[in-house]
Amino acid sequence: MSSYSVAEPSGAQKLVAGALVILYACITSLPLLWIIATGFKSPSDAIAYPPKVIFEPTVEGYVNLFTTRTRMPQEQLDALGPPQTWYDKIVRKDGVIITGASRFAGRFYNSVIIGFGSTALCIVLGTAAAYAFSRFKVPFKDDLLFFILSTRMMPPIAVAIPIFLMFRQLGLSDTHAGLILLYTAVNLSLSVWLLKGFIDEIPVEYEEAALIDGYTRFQAFYKVVLPQAATGIASTAIFCLIFAWNEYAFAVLLTSGTAQTAPPFIPTIIGVSGQDWPAVAAGATIFLVPVMVFTILLRKHLLRGITFGAVRK
Amino acid sequence: MLQSQIDRIARATPPALAARVRGLSDRAIAWLFVAPSILLLLAINIFPLIWTIRLSFTNYRVNRPNQALEFIGLQNYTRILTDSDIWLSMQATAHFLIWTIALQVLIGFSLAYLINKKFRGNNLWTTIIVLPMMLSPAVVGNFWTFLYQPQIGLFNYAVSFVSGISPSSFSMIGSTTLAPWAIVIVDTWMWTPFVMLICLAGLRSIPTSIYEAAECDRASNWRQFWTITFPMVLPFLMLAVLFRGIENFKMFDLVVQLTGGGPGSITELTSINLKRAAFEQWRTGYASAYAVILFVTVFGLASIYVKALNKVKQR
Amino acid sequence: MRSALKNTAVVAAAFAGLTVATSSGAHAEDLTLCWAAWDPANALIELSHDFEAKSGNVMHYEFVPWTSFADRMLNELNSGGKLCDLMIGDSQWIGGAAENGQYVKLNDFFDKEGIKMEDFIPATVVGYAEWPKNTPNYWAMPAFGDVVGWTYRKDWFSRPELQAEFKQKYGHDLAIPKNWDELTQIAEFFQGRVIDSKTVYGAAIYTERGSEGITMGAMNALYSYGFEYENPKKPYELEGFVNSPGAVAGLEEYKKLYKCCTPPGHSDAYMTEDVDAYKSGQVALQMNFTFTWPGINADANVGGDKSGYFPNPAGPNGIQFAQLGGQGISVVAASSKQSAALDYIKWFGQPEIQQKWWKLGGYSALRKVVEDPGFASSQPYAKPFLDSMAIVKDFWAEPSYASLLQATQKRFHNYVVADQGTAKEALDGLVKDWTEIFKDDGKY
Repeated sequence: MSSYSVAEPSGAQKLVAGALVILYACITSLPLLWIIATGFKSPSDAIAYPPKVIFEPTVEGYVNLFTTRTRMPQEQLDALGPPQTWYDKIVRKDGVIITGASRFAGRFYNSVIIGFGSTALCIVLGTAAAYAFSRFKVPFKDDLLFFILSTRMMPPIAVAIPIFLMFRQLGLSDTHAGLILLYTAVNLSLSVWLLKGFIDEIPVEYEEAALIDGYTRFQAFYKVVLPQAATGIASTAIFCLIFAWNEYAFAVLLTSGTAQTAPPFIPTIIGVSGQDWPAVAAGATIFLVPVMVFTILLRKHLLRGITFGAVRK
Repeated sequence: MLQSQIDRIARATPPALAARVRGLSDRAIAWLFVAPSILLLLAINIFPLIWTIRLSFTNYRVNRPNQALEFIGLQNYTRILTDSDIWLSMQATAHFLIWTIALQVLIGFSLAYLINKKFRGNNLWTTIIVLPMMLSPAVVGNFWTFLYQPQIGLFNYAVSFVSGISPSSFSMIGSTTLAPWAIVIVDTWMWTPFVMLICLAGLRSIPTSIYEAAECDRASNWRQFWTITFPMVLPFLMLAVLFRGIENFKMFDLVVQLTGGGPGSITELTSINLKRAAFEQWRTGYASAYAVILFVTVFGLASIYVKALNKVKQR
Repeated sequence: MRSALKNTAVVAAAFAGLTVATSSGAHAEDLTLCWAAWDPANALIELSHDFEAKSGNVMHYEFVPWTSFADRMLNELNSGGKLCDLMIGDSQWIGGAAENGQYVKLNDFFDKEGIKMEDFIPATVVGYAEWPKNTPNYWAMPAFGDVVGWTYRKDWFSRPELQAEFKQKYGHDLAIPKNWDELTQIAEFFQGRVIDSKTVYGAAIYTERGSEGITMGAMNALYSYGFEYENPKKPYELEGFVNSPGAVAGLEEYKKLYKCCTPPGHSDAYMTEDVDAYKSGQVALQMNFTFTWPGINADANVGGDKSGYFPNPAGPNGIQFAQLGGQGISVVAASSKQSAALDYIKWFGQPEIQQKWWKLGGYSALRKVVEDPGFASSQPYAKPFLDSMAIVKDFWAEPSYASLLQATQKRFHNYVVADQGTAKEALDGLVKDWTEIFKDDGKY
């Protein structure tokens, strides 16, 4: 008999496996670290050759992200007197002055409204449908569920043409409501599939007991089933949010001024000349934070989400 | 048709439960719960799809509201299917699809296998590895143009550090031979963790008792891997391939930001090609036919694949 | 043609109704002006403070980077969006915007306010305002004159040791090139040379694939080598004009320049990339629209005496043309604030405002400004700008311009950057693509 079992790997195996995984993690997180680091570089450090690993950190990228600036001749700058605020001071070094707030805050706000709005709607609709699919004997259930899944196979650009026309007719172009409805529809498949899995696991007996106690079916649903499905709902919500948060194709085609989200906006951040990489990196970093926090909090549920509930615990 | 479906759902509800209900009947609840979702999907997925199919037989253009609408039969379809440029774009998509899936499966599975050795701190490292897939693909594509810049980009510098060739001697995005690989590398960087996670779920679903039995039979590690581990993980792996396949067939945001389809049309994937026809040239009818062809292709391939997947699962 | 006329009538009627309806209520409005995100846009914000103060209207701006400008704004126009009241749209959009009634026709307004198109540089009126071309139907007022020209490192050119070496090698002086051959020689001369212990390169040129870059670049070579868009005597006849031997030679010349004399990784460069390359001291020559010149002139590293400017050089037979850029300002038909938007155009067209516009870095197209005796010497780039404006040619402005442009982008990028086929094949292919597009439009 061998001296170790596969169920419990030997110390040497663990060491090799650990070393390889850590090596991969380090390499793969380099681009990500580079994004974060670039956000704290000055524009000239960001495009230095060879690339700078050690640099003097500055929040100039963040200041540039949130402001619009214009270049001014030195004599006019001198006439303005000394800079009033810390952020004025930072940009004044480059011979520019702040002329106002950029659109980033507004785009970020749109992302929050559309991301969370569509997630909430998606959870409400998805939980209801999943409950019906789980508890009632639905004829052609598999076909219906496959139909729901198949809606996710359509290339976004393909459905974008009629949706573009439809939104134009209904006045939904460039509105929060339009994108919320659209993202909800795209996410509904995931939401129904995932939540059905979670609700399937809640024993029917709980509801039956509640019904006997005089609850109505509806009361039983929201007083008994919903609390039981809370973690499932939370993790489903995260996956809907990640999609809606990062979506680009629909956002770029269907929104322009008022309802545009951050993903189409960040790549278009330009400085006084050329793309302002520190500001782009700063935008990417800020935009990543909410999703990253949720990912870390909910990492236990990650698996079910990405497999449409096909993987059981 | 919708109503009869929901009626059937309601009728199928056990009467024993329904009898006990006060307030809303089960039938009403079924109505209330299923209808909104189905209606939304009909409005935002099915209706547009039918509209796309209808438009695909016309010469309609969004930017020519005054042009008479003509039904031109299958003209759009024959034009697309006989256009050699569109076949080139299909080839570019196939190259992207095959190589991203191959690399992601290989690296993703290996990582999952190693992580499953349960070394100390494996949870922390798993979370770190997963982070790239939380980023917005458009932002990733945009930022990688920076990483790929010959003189100032991290990627070229890293390659130069390892291999000794000058970083400004090659351009990942500018060269026709390297550009198809440039997009494969970024997609693999971003989505390998996805495949890894699914494989990890598969590995963890294998009961240890099976290995213990195999060890009693003195089966070698190699044999255990091919007779137990691999077949048990295969359904999970196939699922990962399905999801990545569908996603990468639709690929748009990352690549359009990274290469814009260039150089020439070397990395012009079908979605980029379609977007140009639909929203830059505004050839709406033509683009609709293109969209239908793509949808039928992905739907057909996915259906065949799902059948195969179910067979593997049943074994 | 008939539909275009019908359109014109409809829009004109709608416009007449609107002016009557809104002229009575002159209250303060929030106006949004849409343009590209670039230096002149910032100058326009400065300039417009005067309008805000005088009219009480509040100006808002939507500026989009060049590479997504056409995409975003044409999407906006085609979806009937109300984001923009005023649009400083690219010259090539005029055909589509006019035929589909997306811009308000300005003839009546010009007549009423006494604005005369003869007061503007003729090339800008044809390029930015008229549709159909060369007819007195105006859809915009020329707002920003622009054309492709060249910037060079005057300080490097004047170094005696480089001058001597150049003369020995090529047999003539290192100076502003008289033709494309000389231009390529200069670029070749500087490529890979070490100046002040830094490796420098020949030229930064346009090679961008996604929007319009490589077309706006390569056309400068093609024009000077004899390329024509169509038979001047027979509209839409392409064969033998688009793919004439001169056009082929021009495209080959452009590829030669790209292959021999550009910085590493220069495969997807447009305005901002070229400015970056030039300002960071990497290149001796830069092709770019003239809007970049004020910024270069003021730059700490390469500004002042270090840089000089010259128009696009002639071809081997002395033909000399340059690619027109620039835009006119239009009122968006979907806007509900057309009256206030027209007030803005009226204000903007005043000679003293145009004079100030030039001072802030905006290229005025008003003759009174550019024909002023002091104009040519007011800035080092003023004369090269005027010389360039005299030799302009523009891309198609047909309603199908986007399709025509994309075909060009693809054919040119495939040949120049991706090394596929020959120049003759690329241009033959272009004739085929364009013919198909015009056939769809019912031109044959």
